[in-house]
Amino acid sequence: MDLIVTATSQGLLWGTMALGIFITYRILNLPDMTAEGSFPLGAAITTQLIINGMNPFLATFISFLVGMLAGSITGFLITKGNVPGLLAGILTMTGLYSINLRIMNRANLSLLGQTRVTDIFKSLNLPNQFDAIFLGLAIVVIMIMLLALFFKTELGQAVIATGDNEKMARAMGIPTNRTKIMGLMLSNGIIAMAGGLIAQDNGYADISMGIGTIVIGLAAVIIGEVVFGNLTFINRLICVILGAIVYRLIILLVILIGLNPNDLKLISAILLAICLALPSIRTALKLNFFIGKERVE
Amino acid sequence: MTDQPVLSLKEISKTFQKGTANENHVLKALSLDVNKGDFITIIGGNGSGKSTLLNSIAGNVLVDSGQININDDDVTKLKEERRAGRVGRVFQDPLMGTAPRMTVGENLAIALRRGQRRTLKFGSSAKEQDYFKSLLEPLGLGLENRLTAEMGLLSGGQRQSITLLMATMKRPELLLLDEHTAALDPKTAETILSLTNQIVEQEQLPTLMITHNMQDALYYGNRMIMMNRGQVVVDVSGEEKAQLTVQDVMELFQKATAGNQFSNEMLLG
Repeated sequence: MDLIVTATSQGLLWGTMALGIFITYRILNLPDMTAEGSFPLGAAITTQLIINGMNPFLATFISFLVGMLAGSITGFLITKGNVPGLLAGILTMTGLYSINLRIMNRANLSLLGQTRVTDIFKSLNLPNQFDAIFLGLAIVVIMIMLLALFFKTELGQAVIATGDNEKMARAMGIPTNRTKIMGLMLSNGIIAMAGGLIAQDNGYADISMGIGTIVIGLAAVIIGEVVFGNLTFINRLICVILGAIVYRLIILLVILIGLNPNDLKLISAILLAICLALPSIRTALKLNFFIGKERVE
Repeated sequence: MTDQPVLSLKEISKTFQKGTANENHVLKALSLDVNKGDFITIIGGNGSGKSTLLNSIAGNVLVDSGQININDDDVTKLKEERRAGRVGRVFQDPLMGTAPRMTVGENLAIALRRGQRRTLKFGSSAKEQDYFKSLLEPLGLGLENRLTAEMGLLSGGQRQSITLLMATMKRPELLLLDEHTAALDPKTAETILSLTNQIVEQEQLPTLMITHNMQDALYYGNRMIMMNRGQVVVDVSGEEKAQLTVQDVMELFQKATAGNQFSNEMLLG
């Protein structure tokens, strides 16, 4: 039971981050490495601001804005500098490493004794981890609602069209450079905010906490799709969150059966590799487990 | 009528890979006026510059020199998305004109806003969906009941019909068709072509249509131009065009290209 509670609470927070990955990887069709830098960026900003006495909610919101700034840099590199998408993300991410160190002044910054966003539930005397679940749930519901609304607007539809068929989007007068930058900003804002939230949940920000962000986010997106299939937009967002929870459960199980926690990144990578290759594996083995409509590309 | 031309090209030139061994002078000081009521078919061999001509007009290729005016506005330096409000386009590849992961209704809603600034207003209203239904119904493809289907699930012919609607539902000043039936089976191609003809006549749209099919080039439209080596070498319209036969066109082409090796493949390829 404890295991499920922990997996759920972490899954909700990491799922928020995965929503950001979903925007670039699935909607913009552009695997964005910036995430590995904007995630610890959000953690660093939030932690430093809280230590300096700022309200934790405001600090978390500011991490969203700073994350958007990071996304816009990658966006400019891609659209104005014609740098290939993957490389542009790596450049921003590498630069952010130094910036994150500057913000934190050291490799690890503790929030010990500071007020965090999870503390609003303190007076309720909830059992361990339940504050994080409530907070995660509230944030996830708000984020999914806002995203679902945004992607229904003209602007949101223009962003979707840009990722789906750029040539058509431009022929329809959509300024695809601007929509790409917009999508990258939104994505990295969400990822940085998730970094800020997870730092508060963990109680510290660490310079290396961004390593593997992409893999975790993608794992959530892909697991969600593999397990739950092809759905409407809002359900796809919900599945990203469920995917993150399932991913956390798998990781916890792996630790539980006695594997070395140091191997976690390797296990994450293998898990994602299997999920990504699953369609080919399924065809090769002619297996039909996991119902899920195949996409017609 | 003393109307100004809808589209006026003044000595436009385009060279790809300038200054390299592969330098390719695709358009050579080409001038062309398209008038109100013109439905122009464009023929010419491979590499004669037909597609580059349409791409230059649409703006996804910017010309090196010359001037492009659409209804008296200079658009020479405007990027593709800034011209989109004026120009409707259908590409050769039926997959190119629609977004596969978006629904039929969403695609049409995007087309309804072609060239407009996108805001935070809702992307489509129920009233619009009814309007789309009324547009799809006459096609007779049963698409009016599939507004919520993903575009990627439809056939090439269905997608090309919708692309044609998308290019024309918000009336463009100019319609550009780049071999838009070449990738379809003959029967579907015929359906799309007659739909094209119907829309162009009904809306009185100035249209440029590239085709590799001589019969289509002669049968459709009221003006025909032939391109060779980046220039317009034949320009016939009205009665003169109506009386041409495929044989005449072949001879015209031979005369126009006298000096370079002529082959059927070059013309029809």
